[in-house]
Amino acid sequence: MSHKALDYESLNENVKNCQYAVRGELYLRASELQKEGKKIIFTNVGNPHALGQKPLTFPRQVVALCQAPFLLDNPNVGMIFPADAISRAKHYLSLTSGGLGAYSDSRGLPGVRKEVAEFIQRRDGYPSDPELIFLTDGASKGVMQILNCIIRDQKDGILVPVPQYPLYSATISLLGGTLVPYYLEETDNWGLDVNNLRQSVSQARSQGITVRAMVIINPGNPTGQCLSEANLREILKFCCDERLVLLGDEVYQQNIYQDERPFISSKKVLMDMGAPLSKEVQLISFHTVSKGYWGECGQRGGYFEMTNIPPRTVEEIYKVASIALSPNVSAQIFMGLMVSPPKPGDISYDQFVRESKGILESLRRRARIMTDGFNSCKNVVCNFTEGAMYSFPQIKLPSKAIQAAKQAGKVPDVFYCLKLLEATGISTVPGSGFGQKEGVFHLRTTILPAEEEMPEIMESFKKFNDEFMSQYGDSFGYSRM
Amino acid sequence: MRRFVISQAKNLIDQTRRRRPLPNHKSLRLRLLSLAAAPDSAPVLSSPRLFSSSSDMSGSDSSSSSLPVTLDSLNPKVLKCEYAVRGEIVNIAQRLQEDLKINKDAYPFDEIIYCNIGNPQSLGQQPITFFREVLALCSHTALLDESATHGLFSSDSIDRAWKILDQIPGKATGAYSHSQGIKGLRDAIAAGIEARDGFPADPNDIFMTDGASPGVHMMMQLLISSEKDGILCPIPQYPLYSASIALHGGSLVPYYLDEASGWGLEISELKKQLEEARSKGITVRALAVINPGNPTGQVLAEENQREIVDFCKQERLVLLADEVYQENVYVPDKKFHSFKKVARSMGYGEKDICLVSFQSISKGYYGECGKRGGYMEVTGFTSDVREQIYKLASVNLCSNISGQILASLVMSPPKPGDDSYDSYIAEKEGILSSLAKRAKTLEEALNKLEGVTCNRAEGAMYLFPCINLPQKAIAAAEAAKTAPDAFYCKRLLNATGIVVVPGSGFRQVPGTWHFRCTILPQEDKIPAIVNRLTEFHKSFMDEFRD
Repeated sequence: MSHKALDYESLNENVKNCQYAVRGELYLRASELQKEGKKIIFTNVGNPHALGQKPLTFPRQVVALCQAPFLLDNPNVGMIFPADAISRAKHYLSLTSGGLGAYSDSRGLPGVRKEVAEFIQRRDGYPSDPELIFLTDGASKGVMQILNCIIRDQKDGILVPVPQYPLYSATISLLGGTLVPYYLEETDNWGLDVNNLRQSVSQARSQGITVRAMVIINPGNPTGQCLSEANLREILKFCCDERLVLLGDEVYQQNIYQDERPFISSKKVLMDMGAPLSKEVQLISFHTVSKGYWGECGQRGGYFEMTNIPPRTVEEIYKVASIALSPNVSAQIFMGLMVSPPKPGDISYDQFVRESKGILESLRRRARIMTDGFNSCKNVVCNFTEGAMYSFPQIKLPSKAIQAAKQAGKVPDVFYCLKLLEATGISTVPGSGFGQKEGVFHLRTTILPAEEEMPEIMESFKKFNDEFMSQYGDSFGYSRM
Repeated sequence: MRRFVISQAKNLIDQTRRRRPLPNHKSLRLRLLSLAAAPDSAPVLSSPRLFSSSSDMSGSDSSSSSLPVTLDSLNPKVLKCEYAVRGEIVNIAQRLQEDLKINKDAYPFDEIIYCNIGNPQSLGQQPITFFREVLALCSHTALLDESATHGLFSSDSIDRAWKILDQIPGKATGAYSHSQGIKGLRDAIAAGIEARDGFPADPNDIFMTDGASPGVHMMMQLLISSEKDGILCPIPQYPLYSASIALHGGSLVPYYLDEASGWGLEISELKKQLEEARSKGITVRALAVINPGNPTGQVLAEENQREIVDFCKQERLVLLADEVYQENVYVPDKKFHSFKKVARSMGYGEKDICLVSFQSISKGYYGECGKRGGYMEVTGFTSDVREQIYKLASVNLCSNISGQILASLVMSPPKPGDDSYDSYIAEKEGILSSLAKRAKTLEEALNKLEGVTCNRAEGAMYLFPCINLPQKAIAAAEAAKTAPDAFYCKRLLNATGIVVVPGSGFRQVPGTWHFRCTILPQEDKIPAIVNRLTEFHKSFMDEFRD
């Protein structure tokens, strides 16, 4: 018998059931190897600055001044800060009640929420109400708060794309709800087929599940596709028919690498559809400072906007937010800066544009290099990364490899990714961490390694893959074509 | 006068509606409350029914019932939880504050003084310069390459910023860190704990969090599977505990602090409540202790802490030690001792007791609430449990980096000989000695009020006076459908602009009434607060004295 007050057996089962692959076995092994002195290329998390992306200068200047407001009284401050950063810092400090060191309103600073609302209005062409915008410590916190409000027990289901970002599966299992999967169609460029959705919902209902909400990730993570306007209309109509809240994960809205399908927000499409839908479909959309060309992951800043959520419900969500007191204030200011960047004519404008364009254009080139690189490898097929930050190639594992994995007690794609890590130092996440169709295997890598290192990385991947395939290749063809 | 007050109030409601163009006005039920009750006071308003929905769910979001998510279909655990620190009174205060800007003459006060929440910098407390210098340099690292920076920053802040950046992989302050926090910063924290306690601390035991609250939530999530799992919590308690237990669907097992003995924590009371809970089929998993106490301000004696440690060991309870006020001790006869130090000095190690200690950068002399920084030190758990804690931390990726940096700084402040040492000490001592003075002045003033008794604030940031409310006041509160202490607090707010939190938000011995008031308004404001409070209380008693 254990003498511990808390042992593994007595832990909350929901916690034990929760899986979070992005920082799972592969990541831990990679960290170990790094400690042993091996060079590791971390492509497991969308964490741009960790891979050398430089922060945008202007927002960092503004936040530095807010951190040390006494600099603003120093006559020499102009020697190291441009005037527009100084005036912007004063602006944001005036929106706080005690600078960066005071709790804000639990929903975030009213002044920043107003800037977010103005941004949404500019983006979509429809009004946005700051009272329905809550700032959060990263988008994840917002997703957790909302799911916490929705999920009552295991009879409540949430429709989640497969493959999906594991935040959703992890949070749903922590909260004791049920994940209702809908599969994205890999052969159709990870398209979202509404017929699949209907099937998923009716199957869940036949098992007694009340499907409450639907998650879309647009642009997709890990799949990188951008949803078309027509597709979004179908989804909204579907949510209306089936009485589902739509949770729109739109954190990659700045990360678009093609011109055919620019980002369009779910809110805009919903408003374009007009009444009655625009008044009936409940929508919560999420955004963050961690992605885009900002990539300020370490700040933990984000927001969600609620549409058609009735006031008493908003109050309950407010209460949940208030238990966490307030989101961190410097990230709130990053969010303000993100939605209201320097304007033409501002001193910092040119530099800001140069930096942000540089990052986005390079990401676009890297997305291409990576997709092409994967597609040139034996038994690997990969859709183009239209948006977001990831490549999600399918690896057609030979049956010998699958057997070898089983012998090693590993899921086949985990087996492959571990071998890849040991051989090349490339740290990826196995597709099984995101969910995939039975018998099909993938891995996720970010497109974030520095552009100049990209050719070498793809070459070393190719070399590994060739060796792997020849080691495990068999004459009977592959496990699944 | 009365007509004026009514029109003011209507005006205010209209403005509120205009400001909050929410789609469903019907459910925003603003009501007027006892307008005639206080002829000389400002408009008395109630707010939309925020934060206490469990009592009234009828007619909720009624016209929206066809929507998938409405009050009726929300998670009942969410509906059940309450969080008074930011509840109804604060909402009224915010509305009054807005109205004050336009209708200055309508009120007998010219500002709202927020004594509801431990948020020192919102009341004018200045941040510690050294900490902010380091943070500014880490926020914009290009500064470190500028020669002009040396004229603007202290030399040790520059050194420290370099040292911290060297501990961050790639010097990337914009990157997610390790889920537990940046290793080098955890090293600094562990060293700080070791210096504080005289016992070793392991950086791998440290989980850095966005403030202390997420750490508490994480532990509740691990411990609570159903309402059969109980957590022993002090009453009165900081409502984070009740809210978190409710959100996770567990049972709060109350133990009462003894007001008469300075909010003493009696082991006999713990035993009694534990047995009672067990007899109801509840598995008590953990004991939460807040030391120094919130809202009660007591600092536990070391002897008492030893008993608590033994109790947890014997009863196999996880000890959740909320030690966020460890730097806030105001009386010479008391000293803060961490539970880990107490346990180790009793000879208890990893195998003997499961102990979690929570620390925050929001309190202490630094009071950096807006940064959301903190950590928990987790000891005595097996590795398989530790892995689960790590996984929970991972789902949220990591806590914010500037909060992490600040948490390491407060545990490793400037040392004698450093460039900033003298100014750092002067700032720190200035804040702490002023807080001690404020605590004393407010406590004495409260004790002078008719029917009010108040224990001294030995530590933390609050006073929690007991108000012996007259029967007439209780009856008037009942007529207004308000808890008697909330009734008192609302009247206080409307008469003086002082915002305090009713004791019912923290729970209290049934039939007793309290409020919590922070000691945080700046020192020069204290005399005016004392005057207004005294005057209000007198007129309140004159109106309701039995």
